[in-house]
Amino acid sequence: MSRIQAVFDRLKAQQRKALIPFITAGDPDPQLTVPLLHALVGAGADVLELGVPFSDPMADGPTIQRASERALKNGVTLRSVLAMVAEFRQQDATTPVVLMGYGNPIEAMGWEAFAQRAAEAGVDGVLTVDFPPEESHAAFAHLEAHGLDPIFLLAPTTVDARIAEVAKLARGYVYYVSLKGVTGAGHLDLSAIEQKLPQLRKHIALPIGVGFGIRDAETARRVADLADAVVIGSRIVQEIEQSPRERVVDNVKQFVAGVRAALDKK
Amino acid sequence: MYNYPDNGGHFGPYGGIYMAETLMPAVDELRRQYEHFRDDPEFKAEFAYELKHYVGRPSPIYHAKRLSEQFGGAQIYLKREDLNHTGAHKINNAIGQALLARRMGKKRVIAETGAGMHGVATATVAARFGMECVVYMGAEDVQRQAPNVFRMKLLGATVVPVESGSRTLKDACNEAIRDWVTNVETTFYIFGTAAGPHPYPMLVRDFQCVIGNEAKVQMPEMIGRQPDAVIACVGGGSNAIGIFHPYIDVEGVRLIGVEAGGHGIGSGQHAAPLTGNAKVGVLHGNKVYLMQDENGQIVETHSISAGLDYPGVGPEHCLLKDLHRAEYVAINDDEAIAAFDALCRFEGIIPALESSHALAHALKIAPTMGKDKALLVNLSGRGDKDMNTVARIKGITL
Repeated sequence: MSRIQAVFDRLKAQQRKALIPFITAGDPDPQLTVPLLHALVGAGADVLELGVPFSDPMADGPTIQRASERALKNGVTLRSVLAMVAEFRQQDATTPVVLMGYGNPIEAMGWEAFAQRAAEAGVDGVLTVDFPPEESHAAFAHLEAHGLDPIFLLAPTTVDARIAEVAKLARGYVYYVSLKGVTGAGHLDLSAIEQKLPQLRKHIALPIGVGFGIRDAETARRVADLADAVVIGSRIVQEIEQSPRERVVDNVKQFVAGVRAALDKK
Repeated sequence: MYNYPDNGGHFGPYGGIYMAETLMPAVDELRRQYEHFRDDPEFKAEFAYELKHYVGRPSPIYHAKRLSEQFGGAQIYLKREDLNHTGAHKINNAIGQALLARRMGKKRVIAETGAGMHGVATATVAARFGMECVVYMGAEDVQRQAPNVFRMKLLGATVVPVESGSRTLKDACNEAIRDWVTNVETTFYIFGTAAGPHPYPMLVRDFQCVIGNEAKVQMPEMIGRQPDAVIACVGGGSNAIGIFHPYIDVEGVRLIGVEAGGHGIGSGQHAAPLTGNAKVGVLHGNKVYLMQDENGQIVETHSISAGLDYPGVGPEHCLLKDLHRAEYVAINDDEAIAAFDALCRFEGIIPALESSHALAHALKIAPTMGKDKALLVNLSGRGDKDMNTVARIKGITL
C-alpha cells in the first residue's frame, strides 16, 4: 500500500481530516528545507507538498513566485530537491512527500530517469500543474511503473467529462483548486466548494483535498468539514518570507500547529 | 500531404495543450468555437471586410530595386505588412480573434506584447469593437518601446509593466496567463503569436495566412512566377508561418526563417532556439524547442528586437525544421542594424528591427545568387517604434 493511501486510511478510521502544507524546496535556503519538513510533520502535517522551483511559475501568485525565485537563486535544481527528500526520508519513513511544480524540469531530466530517482529518494506523488490528462498518459506511465502517484488538479471550471477523465488517471488524492486564479489569490467561497464537491464525488473515489486561498485556521476547519484534506501553501510561504532566518522553522511550526488544532477540534 | 495539427493540437511531436486545469475548459471552448466559425460564411465575410476596409489589405509587394542593385545578385521583393493599419502584421490576427471574442460574448480582452505591436493591435481592435483591454508588457520592453506604450494608452488600453523574471515577453505571457486564469469567464486572451496551447498556433496561423495567400497571387502578377525563397523573421513565428504556410506545398520555393542571433549563437546571448539547437521543452502551453539550462529552467534571452526576444518558438516551425521543409538561420544584432540602415537609405522605408533580421539574411544571400533570382522578404512591421533603441545604439539622445 502506498504511503499516501495508508495516511488517508488511518485518518478515515480516526475520523480526522488530512492537513497538507506546501513549501518551496530551497526557500529561504536549502539548509532549512529538511528541518522545515520535519517541523511540519511535528506540527501535525499528514502529507507534505514540496514545490520544485521553476523559472516561469504561471499558475502561481506573487508569494510563491518569489519563493521560486529565491530557491533558484540558491541554486536549487530538481536533482537537489530529490536529495532533500532522500535526506528527509532518513528520519521519516512514513510521511508522504508529493513533489509539486511544472513539467519542464522533469522533461529536461527525462520522465523515466526522474521516476526512478524520485522513487529511490522516497517521493510518493507528483503533481505537474501544466500537464493535464490530455498530455499526461505517456509521461505518467513512467511514474506508475515506479510506484509514484500522479496527483491531479481539478478546478471550479472543470466539467463532468473532464472529472471522469481525471478519475481514471489520478492516484493518491485529487487536489481541488477552490478558486479561479493563481495560488494565494483572493478568498475562497465555501458555498461554491460545498456545491462542487458532490459533482466531484460522483466520479472520484479518491480522497479530495481543497486548496488555494486558505489563509487561517478557521477557514481551514470549515473547508475540512467539506473535504478530506486541506492544502495550505501561500500562507505558509508568506510566513517563511516574513520571518527572520532563525525564526523560520519555529514560526512555520507554530502556524501549522494552530491549523492542526482547529482541524481536530470537535 | 501536409496537414497539421491533429485534433489535440499536435504538430508531430510538438504543440499540444499544456495548461493548468482551470484554463482547460476555456481552451477547449475556444477550439470548439473556432472550429465552428472558421468555415462560417458570415464570419469569413466579416473578417475579409475588416481586413480590406480597416487594415487596408491587400498589402502590396514592392520591388526593392535600388537595394537589390546595391547588393548585387538576387532581386529583393518586400511584402509590405508595415503598411497595414497599426504598422505590422499583428493586426490580422488581432481582428480575427476579436471577432471570435465578440461571438463568444466576451467584453474584456487581454494580451501579452514584446515589441508592443501586438499590444497596439489588440488595443486598436478593442477600441474598434468597444471592449475593455489590458496589455501585459515586460518592464524592460516598456522602456525600449516607449512610443508603443503611449499608443496603447491613447487607444484606451491599460498597460501593465511586468517586473518578474527577465522582464520581457515571456514574463508578459506568464502574467497574461495569470490574469486569464483569474478572469476566465469574462475574458478573451488575444494571443499574439502562433504558439501557446492549441488552438492558438492553428488559429493565429490561419488568420495570418492572408499574407502568404496574397503573395502567392501577387508574385506571379509581378514576375510571372513564385519567388525562389520566402524569408521571414521568427520570434514566436506568426508572420513567418503566415507567409510560409501557403507555400509549404509549392515546390521549388525555399522557406527561410530568421531568428534573433543577438550577440551571436556562440555567445549564448541570443533568442534562436531553432538555430541554436535548443532542447525540446514545455512552456506557455506547448511543447517546442526551448532555450533552457540543463535543469529545465528557462534562460534569459537577448535580442536587440523586443519582438524576437523569446526563448521558445511556435510548434509548427519546430516541425518544419525537423521535416527540412523550412530552414532556420540567425542574424546578429549588428547585422540587423546594418540592414535597417540600408533599407532606410536605399528605399526610404524604415523597417521594424524584427523585420530587419529577415531583410539582413536576404542581403547576405542575395549576392551569392543570380540577378534572375527572386527573394520575397516579409517586411512584417515598420520601425517608428524602434527610434529610441536605434538612437541609443548610434549614441544619439532624442
